[in-house]
Order: sequence, then structure tokens, then C-alpha cells
Amino acid sequence: MRAYARLVARVDGRGGTVLTELRGETPLLLRQTPGGGRVATVYVVGGAAGPLAGDDLRLEIDVEPGAAVRVHAVAASVALPGRPDALSRMAVHAVVHDGGALHWLPEQLVAAAGCAHLAESRVELAAGARLTWRDEVICGRYGEAPGSAVVHTRVDYGGRPLLRQSLAVGPGAPGWAGPAVLGGAPATGSLLVVDPSLPAEPASVEGTRARLPLAGGPATLWTATAPDAHTLRAHLDVA
Amino acid sequence: MATSSLLLLLADGRFPAGAHAHSNGLEAAVAAGRVTDLASLEAFLAGRLATAGLVGAAFAAAAHRAVTSAGSAVRGSTLALLDAELDARTAAPALRTVSRRQGRALLRAGRAIWPEASFDDLPATSGGAHQPLVLGLLCAAAGLSRAETATVAVHGTVTGAASAAVRLLGLDPYQVQALLVGLAGRCDGTAAEAARAADDPPERLPAAAAPLADIHAEAHATWEVRLFAS
Repeated sequence: MRAYARLVARVDGRGGTVLTELRGETPLLLRQTPGGGRVATVYVVGGAAGPLAGDDLRLEIDVEPGAAVRVHAVAASVALPGRPDALSRMAVHAVVHDGGALHWLPEQLVAAAGCAHLAESRVELAAGARLTWRDEVICGRYGEAPGSAVVHTRVDYGGRPLLRQSLAVGPGAPGWAGPAVLGGAPATGSLLVVDPSLPAEPASVEGTRARLPLAGGPATLWTATAPDAHTLRAHLDVA
Repeated sequence: MATSSLLLLLADGRFPAGAHAHSNGLEAAVAAGRVTDLASLEAFLAGRLATAGLVGAAFAAAAHRAVTSAGSAVRGSTLALLDAELDARTAAPALRTVSRRQGRALLRAGRAIWPEASFDDLPATSGGAHQPLVLGLLCAAAGLSRAETATVAVHGTVTGAASAAVRLLGLDPYQVQALLVGLAGRCDGTAAEAARAADDPPERLPAAAAPLADIHAEAHATWEVRLFAS
């Protein structure tokens, strides 16, 4: 399946955010939930199982100056095998203008056995924009070895590179489960917080979670590995 | 002929750039109980090759490309962009510091050995340029090819950690060497991939991440006593 979804947020002139465009296609449907006031809240509703290998899903997000959007998902995505030798792909391209804020807080990506999945995110932040961006990967369903999944995240701040990271798990990624990468942890993830109003804090480590101030802007990356999805979420529940 | 000897000299751990002082993340992985024997060392090296090894070699190759094929006018700006792109791939501040420190040590050697080389194209970043960029320029100054540059970078990634393993775990050096021999094909494959990737625009260069490398590096940086600088 191919699907394209788009979300555009603007200030409504009364201190709130209005979505001037909100459209999607099965299996990538967007639903706004009522309330919220200053921040518009949108849920990604998977209209079908998957993604399955061969699916090509694209989401564009545009947050205009001063607007604020929070994106959640109703359920985890489970990347599954599909067409032989095909890749499932989820591409998100987000642009956040000065004074805008995007909180991207979806559910986990579960890399099921035999999957071949690529999650590609590209975020362009103007100087003065704010971002919360969560990525979580669960390597296989319960007791299962995962297929191949790559989560690629590319974020710029004020035209400068802020974060480039590509996490690969599964049979396509040599050494991924070993002591240099995940050390056997089936769950891993990161939370990127970009906020020019927050004071810079030093790096710190607690067990298998680290707080890492980035070089390219007013940003902190929290990164963690965990024995399960719940522990991972607790590690990243910092914002 | 001359090129072969230069390749060996640059890849040699005895090249005076302080590589022996670094375990490339192994010391912290050993302390965390994650590397204990030959088998876990092999898994560690495979993961390092696919992540830091590939990224470092691609940036060394891209820096080599910038000074051998780009016009002198854009060399400086290309290297500055590569430096910022490598920063964006190095989330852990401890690893950024180590890379710049190793870059400075390598640059000292480079300036002394090849005084006529164009090291002034490197960005004047505080702390010095990242190690892979300096390595790319050093290899270019020595007349090595881009593929050889990537090979030197990959070789440093695995041999540094392997020799640290002999010291930290008391492993049999013959068996560790046999392990490296077994990984040689994979090292060459990684180097070839890195050399190819150097033709891509800087934002598309490899960005393979390793959560534990970042976590281990920050933990290691807080230790009061350690055998290796990283």
C-alpha cells in the first residue's frame, strides 16, 4: 500500500493552534482530538496491519511560526514481512518554523521476524523552534528474533546539522545485538529535546540511559537500552 | 612501491599519534561485564566495524576527497561542513572530545612529517578538528588513495580495541590475532563501503549509531582511574 498524509498547523490568532490541513489515506490516517487549547493534538491511526514489506508511507508536517502540535499514535507499529525482497518504508518530513513547536511522541516500532523496514525522518527546525522527538524500537515480538529495521533520523537546527543517527537492528546489521551496540537489549530508543529556552545541562549516565547535550544547537538527546518496552518508556519519560 | 610502505606506516599502531592510549570503547564495555572473552570480543568488534568504523572511515575518505578533488576555494568550507556533520553523528560529548583530542595528536605528527601539506584547510574548531578529518588529510599528504585512507581508518578501529583486549582481559594474543585475521574480509568490505560513500553529499554520509557506545563513553569519562583514555 502507498499512503500520503499531510498536516499543516498555524496560529489561530487567539493564542491557539489551528490545523489548516489534515489529510491522510489508509493505512496512514490522522485524527485531531478535541481540546488542548494552545497545542493541537493529532493521533496517527493505523488503518491496517503493518507496515508490510512493500508499503510506502509518507507523512509531511508543517508547523508555522508560533503554532504547536503534539502527535501521538493509537498503537505501536508492527513491521511485518510482505512482498518478497521489498522494503516497508515510513518517511516523515517535518518543518518547524521560528517559535513553532512539534512534539512527536508515537508508539513503538516493533520489528517483527522477517520484516525489512526503513523509518526515515527528516526534521528541519528554524532557529527558535522547539522539538520533542521520540524513537523507540522493539527488536521482535515476545521471544522472537527481529527482522531487519533501520531507523534513520536527520535533524537540522537553523540550517546546521544537529543530529544524524541511523540505528540498524536484525540480520542486516552485523554486531547489532553485541556489546558495542545494544548488548542483547531487545528495546532501545531516544528522545531528542530541542528547546532554546532550556539551560544547557551536562552529560550524565544512569544505568543504560544517558543524557547527551548535542553540539549543533540547544538540544539534548536521551538515549537508552532496556529489557522491555515499558522500561524503555520509563527511561525516556523525561520531558 | 612507495605507496605500500606509506600505507603500512600510517596504519601502524606505532605511528606517533597516541592511538595506543585508546581502547575504542572496549575498556568501558569490559567494565560493564559485556566483553569477557574471545567470542564477546568478536561481537564487539563486529558492532564497532558496522558503526563507528564505517562512519569514521567514510569521513576520513570524504576529507581525503575534499583535499584531493575539490578546488582550493571550497576545501575549507567542505571540511568545516564535514566537521559539523560528524559532530551531529557523535551524540556523546565524551566521544566528541576524544575524537578532537586524537585529531590534535595526529595533526601534530602530520605537521612535523609533511610540513608542506595543507592542514590549514581544517576548520579552526575549538578543541581541534575531528580525528577522521585529520586522518583524511594526512593520508592525502602521504599520497595514499581514498580506498587506502578508508582502510587505514577501519584498521585503526579494530586493532586499537583488539590490542586493548589483550591487556584488559589477558586474552591469548595469538587467538586475538586469529580473530583479526578472520575479520579482515569484513574490514575490507567496510573500507570499500566507506570509500564509495565519500562521493555522497556530507548529510548523506553513513550515520550508524550505537546506543551503548554513547552510554559507555559517558560512564567511562566519569571514572577517576582508567587504563585507557577512551
